[in-house]
Amino acid sequence: MSVEVAGLGHTKAEGPLKLAVPRGALLDETLDALDAIGIDTSEVRGESRSLIFETEGITLVTMRPSDVPTYVEAGAADVGITGKDVLLEQADRVVYELLDLGFGRCRMVLAARKGDESLGESQRRLGMMRIATKYPRTAEHHFESTGRQVEVIEVKGSIELAPLIGLADGIVDLVATGRTLEENDLEVREEILECTARFVANRVAHKLRAAEVDELTRKLREGLTR
Amino acid sequence: MIHPIPPGTRDVLPDEMRELRRLHLAMIEVFESRGYGEVATPAIEYDEVMARGDGRTAASAYRFFDERGDLLALRSDMTVPIARLVASRYAGADPPIRLCYLANAFRAVRPQRGQMREFAQAGVELIGAPAPDGTAEVVDVLEATLDAAGLNRAVIGLGDSDLFRQLLSELGVEGEARDSVLGRLAAHDLVGLEAELSELDGIGAEQVDTCVALSQLRGGKEVLEEARALGGAAVERATARIGDTFEALEARGVADRVQIDLGLLRDLGYYSGAILEVYDPAIGHVLGGGGRYDGLLKRFGLDLPAAGFALYLERVHVAQMEEARGGEGP
Repeated sequence: MSVEVAGLGHTKAEGPLKLAVPRGALLDETLDALDAIGIDTSEVRGESRSLIFETEGITLVTMRPSDVPTYVEAGAADVGITGKDVLLEQADRVVYELLDLGFGRCRMVLAARKGDESLGESQRRLGMMRIATKYPRTAEHHFESTGRQVEVIEVKGSIELAPLIGLADGIVDLVATGRTLEENDLEVREEILECTARFVANRVAHKLRAAEVDELTRKLREGLTR
Repeated sequence: MIHPIPPGTRDVLPDEMRELRRLHLAMIEVFESRGYGEVATPAIEYDEVMARGDGRTAASAYRFFDERGDLLALRSDMTVPIARLVASRYAGADPPIRLCYLANAFRAVRPQRGQMREFAQAGVELIGAPAPDGTAEVVDVLEATLDAAGLNRAVIGLGDSDLFRQLLSELGVEGEARDSVLGRLAAHDLVGLEAELSELDGIGAEQVDTCVALSQLRGGKEVLEEARALGGAAVERATARIGDTFEALEARGVADRVQIDLGLLRDLGYYSGAILEVYDPAIGHVLGGGGRYDGLLKRFGLDLPAAGFALYLERVHVAQMEEARGGEGP
């Protein structure tokens, strides 16, 4: 019955750690960060349609950023990388947030049509603003914590459309360069928070594969300062 | 016709029921063989009883009035009802009192998360046996239970629930600020923890690093030395407590599967001193937990130290099946 605990990595026979890698805007910088710590990402960068890539010592699993907390919470992936915006929106998912990776920097903002007064007007007359967003929980939390009432309207697609044709007074969205806002004649009214990519771990993997998770965290942290 | 049942509840059909029953019997057999007598308590208690156990977190999510207008609650765990039972019925008994149970409890769920609103817990309560020997006995029984369930690879995390509470007080962090920092620690949000601590008055970069580093210390006995090197009276006290417990475990020969984990925090408010969590490599969720709650019985008028654990029966069953399949879990 003796199971070695000090090197808990050895108690498992489940092969290499599985790392959830976000496709989309964070993919390139995530792969750069992995390259920097000696993980071979060339296959992921290639034309392959595969979702799972076995590399030396670690398995890379690619998925939508918003699915990363789901897979990591369930332990289907041991560790993962995703944006803070995703983690905030899914704050009830139990994942351990171990490291701010610093890349993928963008801002969550409240935006409205340039020169348009309907945000303030609605707030004054109706005591209530209509806000369209893909991040309903983050938006609700922001307005609640600043003492304002809003009607949050969740949309899935191009969020810029909502204030242009009168679905909402404003939007809460993620902005990297601000060009999309500019092109749609929208402007930033409030900064809500700044988001970067985060390294997260499954709660059980963090305990049972402590040595491997710590080693990966350490390398990623060192990779940041280089 | 399809008649739905509330989310987070489930029917159990004969095949699974047979397996659950076998698991249940195997666990109760271990408990009984160690001198723990099985008890049952009502699923509904007076709300006042559940709230007395822990007004903050363990209080029931399901409360209603009975025909006389009394406020009743569905139990959210078994530890509080058993504290009530012991204080009422065993007040004159010679401690220690050893009780066990397999019972359903009820918690609130968040939608679409696969969380269970009603779940079965199997566990023991050892009342009147102080640390470290009482704690070691509970861990001993827990290991035997895991073995009986076929979870030979399961690991038990051992931490100290007072460590960070006392450390933060030592650093002058009190009240709401302390609760907020403890929340970050419980969630293991290290990025938020670092940011939040850095903003507090009188906390330097060194103290921030100490807190973050402490929360990541887990492994064998050597982590106690590593923790002491980080310094502070609170760390000294907590590592001494964990060290004592670990030595008691070694004396019983049951320390092999215990992982010392200084970052362990459980969200139930009644814990004090040692806390336990149970993991199995085959599944990504915690199988159960426990620890000491030396102050709980006093809230019911009987000042006795106590410790115990509870395992989620359904999760243990899933882990058991995964292990039987060769341990190639997710």
